[in-house]
Amino acid sequence: MQTQQTAPEPSLRERLVTALENQRVLGYVLMAPALLLILIFIAYPFVLGVWMSLTDKIVGTSGTFIGLGNYDKLFASDIFLTAAWNTVFFTTIATIFKAVLGMWLAVLLNRKFRFANITRATVLLPFIVPTVLSTLAWLWMFDATFSVFNWTLRWLWQMEIGIFGLVLKENWGFFRGPLWLGDPSLAMASVILVNVWRGLPFFAISFLAGLQTIPPDLYDAADIDGASGWKKFWHVTLPLIKPVAIVVIVFSIVVTFADFQLVYILTRGGPNNETHLLATLAYQLGMGSGNIGQGAAVALFMLPILAFVIIFQLWYLRREGVR
Amino acid sequence: MAQILLKNLRKTYDETEAVRGINLDIDHNEFVVLVGPSGCGKTTTLRMIAGLEEITGGEIFIGERLINNVPPRDRDIAMVFQNYALYPHMTVEQNMSFGLRLRKVAKAEIERRVKHAADILNIGELLERRPKQLSGGQRQRVAMGRAIVRNPEAFLFDEPLSNLDAKLRVQMRTEIKKIHQRVQTTVVYVTHDQVEAMTLADRIVVMNHGIIEQVGSPQEMYEAPKTRFVAGFIGSPAMNFVPCRIVERGAALGVRLSGDITLDLSAEQSKRYRGYLDKEMVFGIRPEHITERRQHTNENQLDFGCTVEVLEPMGIDTMVFMDIEGVEVTARAAPKAVSNPGETMMFTIDMNNTHLIDPKTDKVV
Amino acid sequence: MNAMVGETYFRRLVVFYIPLFLFVFAMLFPFAWMLITSIKPDAELYNPRISPFIVREPTLEHWESLFGTTLFIRWAVNTLWVAIASTAVSLFAGVLAGYALSRLVFRGSTMFGIMIFVTYLVPPTLLFIPLTGVVTWMGLQDTTWSLIFTYPTFLVPFCTWLLMGYFQTIPKELEECARIDGATRLQAMSKIVLPLAVPGILSAGIFAFTLSWNEFLYALVFIHSPETKTIPVGVTSELIKGDVFFWGALMAGALFGSVPVAIVYSFFVEHYVSGMTGAVKG
Repeated sequence: MQTQQTAPEPSLRERLVTALENQRVLGYVLMAPALLLILIFIAYPFVLGVWMSLTDKIVGTSGTFIGLGNYDKLFASDIFLTAAWNTVFFTTIATIFKAVLGMWLAVLLNRKFRFANITRATVLLPFIVPTVLSTLAWLWMFDATFSVFNWTLRWLWQMEIGIFGLVLKENWGFFRGPLWLGDPSLAMASVILVNVWRGLPFFAISFLAGLQTIPPDLYDAADIDGASGWKKFWHVTLPLIKPVAIVVIVFSIVVTFADFQLVYILTRGGPNNETHLLATLAYQLGMGSGNIGQGAAVALFMLPILAFVIIFQLWYLRREGVR
Repeated sequence: MAQILLKNLRKTYDETEAVRGINLDIDHNEFVVLVGPSGCGKTTTLRMIAGLEEITGGEIFIGERLINNVPPRDRDIAMVFQNYALYPHMTVEQNMSFGLRLRKVAKAEIERRVKHAADILNIGELLERRPKQLSGGQRQRVAMGRAIVRNPEAFLFDEPLSNLDAKLRVQMRTEIKKIHQRVQTTVVYVTHDQVEAMTLADRIVVMNHGIIEQVGSPQEMYEAPKTRFVAGFIGSPAMNFVPCRIVERGAALGVRLSGDITLDLSAEQSKRYRGYLDKEMVFGIRPEHITERRQHTNENQLDFGCTVEVLEPMGIDTMVFMDIEGVEVTARAAPKAVSNPGETMMFTIDMNNTHLIDPKTDKVV
Repeated sequence: MNAMVGETYFRRLVVFYIPLFLFVFAMLFPFAWMLITSIKPDAELYNPRISPFIVREPTLEHWESLFGTTLFIRWAVNTLWVAIASTAVSLFAGVLAGYALSRLVFRGSTMFGIMIFVTYLVPPTLLFIPLTGVVTWMGLQDTTWSLIFTYPTFLVPFCTWLLMGYFQTIPKELEECARIDGATRLQAMSKIVLPLAVPGILSAGIFAFTLSWNEFLYALVFIHSPETKTIPVGVTSELIKGDVFFWGALMAGALFGSVPVAIVYSFFVEHYVSGMTGAVKG
């Protein structure tokens, strides 16, 4: 309304306000807290981790540079190779199960039925509660002596004896059921089962969100074209949900690959270090035995695969973004 | 109310030049409409005046003040956006008073101004509502009310009517004009709709490819376009453009449109177009200046015959489409006087309202 | 896909109700098991001959011992404090960064965006060993502060990423209009954009809260004193002595430790789900 002919010397506050009007200045100011946190607690530890992995640092010492010594040792170690293989195996199998079952559950939840909302809310529970706590319940359910699964199996066995009594009667009382966490393969299967149980809701609900963005007229059109349920799923649902699915799967791979809690609670890497994942092995070496250099090296081994996954995702997002 | 001055204004995004040197002097209380096709730089120009877009080159003055580096809030302008940009979490009253509250205007004064603006716009009952509860036209009013309340140096409008349906658009157009007459202020109004530009503007600025094609009153734009672009852009239905050749017709000149049709030019026009003899030119004439054959009212009216291709009745007139050497030409005739498609019809053309365009420069000569 | 025309009840039972029931049963069974275990006397718990599904003499002894003889309440308070504080820190940093990255044009903004995304996908397990060094160096070891400052490493990228997406859904014109109306950029942000972003901020906050409530590894590594632990670490380390498991109390603790997140979740299901799906979609 008025034109200032004689501008008085601007106060500090005014100058600050003016500076913050400049989006180049404001941009950095607003980024500062996040950047600071990331620099101190991610970038710096990352560099530190790389350095540690090149030293023979043990708790309490500063460690000396030994080049790739830790990595040499790791490659000669069966435990490490097993852990690396386990991590890949665990991630692959668990992700496949989560994706397939998650899709199935999502399709079920996408139908209209009474209590649909509350059902959708309930199935997410395994994903939201603290993982270690629910895993403790699984540990109890896998207990060598008191496993509820084994009790149930025994009970079913008994029933069978009732029916085919003549053949199997002599075995009654000897059947104990499997030692879920005592046998290496069975232990790995158990760990995968719990991971699937925990991660499945995340897949299902994310896929459900994807399914709900598919316009219903596409299904109507497919109906008119005479497509069967399976054909509709294959030719309409899957292609349209692919973008969501890829992002969810990539995200889940990262989390599953770096999983620590399940193995830590269920097997502690046992029996005989057969079920270690990279994360638990890193913990055992770095924290348990105090062998920090080696622990850091093991943890860093997750990096190449994670980097690959991240680059894939960046590439994919960019490609989607361009379209 | 201020004068707005644009001096050699330029804007470049990365590689593309959106605005390429604009000079414009907008007067006190003048209603100026920037019009042009999308991508012509009109909105960018408006946003530079508002301070929402950084200026690559040139200067903007509001009043005496150079405002190139003044943030939008200190430019003392108000803007009405295409989507109205009403704050969804505030009531109409809060929307309108937001700017005043930021400026710490006294409560009583705010109330007075809001009431005043609400009276002008007839939205007194809506003050407690939220934007979601308003119709398109009401939102439009609130957006204007928000501007009026501020009593700024200038109003900027960015395609404010394009989200409304056709009927409401016409209604609001009149409304805006009325409001401008009541609230005397400088207005810069951007639209792609030439009808809006014609009906609202004191002065129209036609832009294309980041430059100003022509500035003038609506009547000037219609009667004396300076470029082919302006000639084609202003007026509806659009002007006919027919490739032609200037030929000698005795002492005077003629315009040969086709083997059959050559139109004589007046002595005055012949003198003017002498330099273009035997050149390939473009002949421009508006549909309303080709009618069914009528009694001539001046000596520059000519008759010619052509085959009718298609008829489009519009009620008061019927548009007659014909084909001259592969170019579609439209005439505007009285419904009762038209011939059926396929038949030959006689037309009267008013040579005083024709334009000759040099295809090399696209300028009207 | 709605109920299909002409679908028989039997078919619907086989392809829909039975699978759905099995899924829901499998998802919920462990929680039921926690509850059953926590109210069963030891005599019943450790008798393999009787059916484990039936509670013959329900008891609260495990609950009493959990709240009476362990530091469980202390852990719950710690967990709550850490979750709230780290969520607040993360939201603060995430809102500002998300706003800057989605709205402002400044040199390096694209690079920062990629950086945030990359750190978002860096799992805690990759960095916990060197991070222990950083925490010690800052003198934060064995305090809840060590968690409040380190949890944002995975919460800030997540919040930023999610809020960037949310801010982009708020029309730019609202801010521009506010700035013309007389607001500074900061005022336009705080008075126009933030109030409109409340649903997004709520989603990010709720999701961040549950993530920090559930965090295990950092809490396990940085905290040693029993009275400073969080629920996940306290329950697993203090209620298991060597290979002696107090299953009743353990399950009571597991159930109770799950309750707060479940409550927060049940109040804000929609926000939680949009936070979760937004976290991956961005």
